[in-house]
Amino acid sequence: MSLNLNTLSKLFDRGDQPGSRTLPFVVVLLVVMVFASISNLTFPTDSMFYVTTYTITLLGKYLCFAILALSVDVIWGYCGILSLGHGAFFALGGYAMGMYLMRQIGDRGVYGNADLPDFMVFLNWDQLPWFWQGMDQFWIAMIMVALVPGLLAFVFGWLAFRSRVTGVYLSIITQALTYALLLSFFRNEMGFGGNNGLTDFKDILGFNLQEDSTRIALFVITSLTLIFVLLLSRAILNSRFGKVIVAVRDSEDRARFIGYRTERYKVWLFVYSAIIAGVAGALYVPQVGIINPGEFSPISSIEIVIWVAIGGRGTLIGAILGALLVNYAKTRFTAVLPEVWLFALGALFVLVTLYLPKGLMGFVEQMKARKLQSKQRNMQELPS
Amino acid sequence: MRAIVITFMCLISLLSSVVYASVDAPLGNEMGSEIETPPFNTEIQNLLTEMTRVKLNKVIPVLKALEEQAAAESVLDQMLPMFNTMLNGELYYVKKTKQLVAIRKIEGEKKHFSVFKQELITSLPKKATKKIRVNNKVRRFLRETISRLQLSAGDPESREKAVISLLSELDDSTIATLKELKETEENQAVLEIMAVAIAMHTLEHNQDAAQRLEAVTALSGRLEREVHNLLVKVEIAEEDLHVKKAITKSLKLIDQQISNYEFVDKVFFGLSLGSVLFLAAIGLAITFGVMGVINMAHGEMIMLGAYTTYVVQMLLPNAIEYSLWLAIPLAFLVSGSMGVLIERLVIRHLHGRPLETLLATFGISLILQQLVRTVFSPLNRQVESPTWMSGTLDINPVLSLTLNRLYILAFAFLVFGLLMLILNKTSLGLNVRAVAQNRNMAKAMGIRTDRVDAITFGLGSGVAGMAGVALSQLTNVGPNLGQSYIIDSFMVVVFGGVGNLWGTLVAGFSLGLANKFIEPITGAVLASILVLVFIILFIQKRPKGLFPQKGRAAE
Repeated sequence: MSLNLNTLSKLFDRGDQPGSRTLPFVVVLLVVMVFASISNLTFPTDSMFYVTTYTITLLGKYLCFAILALSVDVIWGYCGILSLGHGAFFALGGYAMGMYLMRQIGDRGVYGNADLPDFMVFLNWDQLPWFWQGMDQFWIAMIMVALVPGLLAFVFGWLAFRSRVTGVYLSIITQALTYALLLSFFRNEMGFGGNNGLTDFKDILGFNLQEDSTRIALFVITSLTLIFVLLLSRAILNSRFGKVIVAVRDSEDRARFIGYRTERYKVWLFVYSAIIAGVAGALYVPQVGIINPGEFSPISSIEIVIWVAIGGRGTLIGAILGALLVNYAKTRFTAVLPEVWLFALGALFVLVTLYLPKGLMGFVEQMKARKLQSKQRNMQELPS
Repeated sequence: MRAIVITFMCLISLLSSVVYASVDAPLGNEMGSEIETPPFNTEIQNLLTEMTRVKLNKVIPVLKALEEQAAAESVLDQMLPMFNTMLNGELYYVKKTKQLVAIRKIEGEKKHFSVFKQELITSLPKKATKKIRVNNKVRRFLRETISRLQLSAGDPESREKAVISLLSELDDSTIATLKELKETEENQAVLEIMAVAIAMHTLEHNQDAAQRLEAVTALSGRLEREVHNLLVKVEIAEEDLHVKKAITKSLKLIDQQISNYEFVDKVFFGLSLGSVLFLAAIGLAITFGVMGVINMAHGEMIMLGAYTTYVVQMLLPNAIEYSLWLAIPLAFLVSGSMGVLIERLVIRHLHGRPLETLLATFGISLILQQLVRTVFSPLNRQVESPTWMSGTLDINPVLSLTLNRLYILAFAFLVFGLLMLILNKTSLGLNVRAVAQNRNMAKAMGIRTDRVDAITFGLGSGVAGMAGVALSQLTNVGPNLGQSYIIDSFMVVVFGGVGNLWGTLVAGFSLGLANKFIEPITGAVLASILVLVFIILFIQKRPKGLFPQKGRAAE
């Protein structure tokens, strides 16, 4: 028992380690999750404690973005790889889930075709393309959610890191990657619904997607996934592997000369990050109800980076907070002053990079340090 | 001569329409009193009135009679404006007096014109006129008649065009006219095309195999589509073996030539795309080469240049022919000063942090895009091309090069030459190259690197602005104009090698060519995807691009 407690406290309390302050965060997240779910289910709609299903879905969406931000933070904050194409992995995971949901519609589509999704009937296709086979099985779809982004990240990372493409080059190539995918997913011939993407989902694993209980279940699953991913990332980054990753970030040449095959570390971290992004996409699609090629657009990928930058990279918690904050602001802004949002987002990019290079978390750290300093100074002054 | 007169008349009518617009209300003339009485005798006059009465399917005989009568009176050339007006469906008549008038839209407003002198008529109410209807049959007849009229026209060029437009409808009477005119024709090009027309007729209708064979020989190597169609048509029906062989042979030759010219056409389009890519990328190549930072707002510098062109044109609506010359330096100034501003305010403070620079400049690009959306509108704007840039350069019936692309190609080379001069022959260029090679050493030698940075950034952005002027001539100007070029430009820079203008040139043109040659096989989208994938793979092999910097400078 004491041993358990020891490891637990070790996991949560080392302030200078990646993902410090995890415990309070996890507790807050769990409390919010439980409160929101219960109040939606038990309180009457006119009660002041009632949380609307819309809010639940919105929260679920934000949490998906938080997972996505976490995946970017893992590679950018800890390994210095600035990926401007992480939206691609997110969207690929989303498409895998979307394909499963599409197959679940069955003959309830507009054309009533039991095998083919509506858009294929519309395009006069007479049979499912090979990559749609088996996607009606939930477990196959779930494997694809992780496998497709992971595989793409592996191939891409292996090619890029092996030939030592770094810095801005790498960033732009990742952007080109998502741009190329954007162009291809827009094509009807690709078999992913073209411009309109996949939508009109009915149910998941037999549960109606419009039901409150399904929505809450998805929200709870998303929260738990976020907590799990957070703890897992923390564990990975605290391990020996994580130390090498940080060494690569700080000086890749030195790490290489010491004898580490840095490109392998980078590839595996990249794959891990892509899989998380894919999972986030898979959780996102049933809650939002649509996936279309817009998710591949370079601008949405670069938006993820700004969440992380605002929250503070290399802190894990910061990425999550940044994603929640920016997306909340976005929801608010686009509802009231839609044309101001891009100004605000642009200004955020500039101001954060200029004045808050370590994000909000770094700002808090700085304030704390300053307080500590002045306290010490006071202590020194007092005795005299 | 006649063309000049007509142009002059058009000008006058345009001018008078301007005058008319400034007068509030037309003076109370009697309705239609301004309409000229055509200077023809009564017979022609009667035929003209007849035209307003007969039904659509009876109008051709009237027109024929009109042509004959006019030829007899030798006033045929004066009928030309009437035929043209009718062909365009602009011929109306006044209901009461049965006089002919033309209605043309000027600045969106319908205006009446007299038919024969093309003068503005202001006193007619809109509903006083009725249209003289034409159908395809009438149109075809009119077109032939007009060509026949133009066959005897003053300048060789319109004569040649007239013969070409006759090629599809050769009948015995036309051939007779052609043969007659051929005797007196002096221009070589017109003679040639007349010979082609006659040979085509011979091949189709002559019974004598020897003459047909001769005709085939005369036709071989001609690229006109009508010749090709005719040869394909007669090849099947031909009975004489020799002639048939000759036809097959010359068809093969023509096909070969056509595919050659199509290849040239593709190369031209590839070069044109390449010149656009080059223009978009060259500014980025300079800033990236010297400062090692990517300006994600580079595309917006292009956009600003394009909008500058638009604004200049809005301010000088009467000088579209020349406003481009003003727009080029202005765009350079606007984008250049914006570049200097960005460098001073943002990029300088992020020195040595290229990834953060990338993010900050991306933010700037968002702000600029939204700014343009707020100021102008999210919709695309059309920039008009001056007349000397629109149109095509017809080399032969298969190959015609669009002039604006040709000019932009030349412009790209001009910009390249200028930049080479600046970078290699001026002290500024020396400083820029020194900073690019070794910043600290340059600083130690007394070069003010921060000033060089600012100037370089201004230069790169200014060139992007000039690229925007060129792009505005090819596509619509919109807030997203620049966004679509940033990835392409970066690909060009990476492909060519950083800090190397020659590399950028070669890379831009080879990517443009590659795109245009893959496009017909795979479609435009897949072509650009393939090019992207190719570059991603290319960087694996040669991370420093096609022309890497060598020696210590590369570190």
